[in-house]
Amino acid sequence: MIIWAIIGMAVVTAVPRILPAFIVDYVHFPKWVDRWLNAIPYAALGALIFPGILSVKPEAPQIGVIAGMVGILLAWLNLNIIIVIIGAIASVFLMTF
Amino acid sequence: MNNTQSIHIPKSESRLHMARRGAAAGFPIVLGYLPVALTYGVLAGQSGMSISELTLMSVLVFAGAAQFLAVSMISAGAGAIEIIIAAFVLNFRHFVMSLSFMNRLKEITFRAKLPMSLGLTDETFTMSSLHKKEAKEKYGAYFYASLILTAYLSWVGGSFVGGALGDVIPSRLSESMGVALYAMFIGLLIPSVKKHHRIVFIALIAMTVNFILQAWGMSEGWSIVAGTLLGGLSGVWILDDEGEDI
Repeated sequence: MIIWAIIGMAVVTAVPRILPAFIVDYVHFPKWVDRWLNAIPYAALGALIFPGILSVKPEAPQIGVIAGMVGILLAWLNLNIIIVIIGAIASVFLMTF
Repeated sequence: MNNTQSIHIPKSESRLHMARRGAAAGFPIVLGYLPVALTYGVLAGQSGMSISELTLMSVLVFAGAAQFLAVSMISAGAGAIEIIIAAFVLNFRHFVMSLSFMNRLKEITFRAKLPMSLGLTDETFTMSSLHKKEAKEKYGAYFYASLILTAYLSWVGGSFVGGALGDVIPSRLSESMGVALYAMFIGLLIPSVKKHHRIVFIALIAMTVNFILQAWGMSEGWSIVAGTLLGGLSGVWILDDEGEDI
């Protein structure tokens, strides 16, 4: 049973990922659709960050919020993204004593 | 042998150079993936999946959230059809992301785009999208392919190790590392917002739509799709036509 679930998941995950490779070769989008698509990364980042970050510690959502603010601060200081990640991990680690 | 040759042939040296840059750009994803992949391996093992099954799922599906959902559904005794439908709903957002990414890679051949599209995840998409200039550089495909492959190998390797060895990272550290991917998303978003402050509105609209729809009881998968589409739609008025340097 598990093997069929895996194969089915692989197919329904792969098809939406692959289809756009065909679409962009055959369809020419107007300028405003190009702008829409260019904005997708920023919108995706927003939707991926919140409210998901609240569930870093589901029983204490403030921990995710504080770690996120630490990340924003470190990123605002132009620090390398590795430092941003390590800083956020360290802040969660310290808050869960 | 290939390596020694490449030193003498500038063409392939720049291919190698682009591949190295791609691997370096993918490294933050490795940092975020490893603890998540290890945890997935451990939980999948506990749910009764064999090491080969749980590793095969990472090889063929390569989608963290959907794999965690599948493991919890397998533990709860759900059927294959239910699991497949849930994976489709949760991963449909990759269609929107792939459309955005593929539209940006106009200069890269279809033959190269096809395998890259298979490796598209939340993390490889956002990291690749914010490395825009490489799409216009020579051998840009090597950069993105290497970035994606680095992330993929860490996901598959981490899943296998988690399944084979169990918890190798102390639990408090691995729990703390759960914030890594969110921190990575923040670390990707903030530099763009600093450069063009109005970009924050695109992200805030997406967050708000996602939050409200989930609070109303819509599934996480469709809420993220709707948030991403509506947040992105605001970009039609917020972004410039050039868009490239934003």
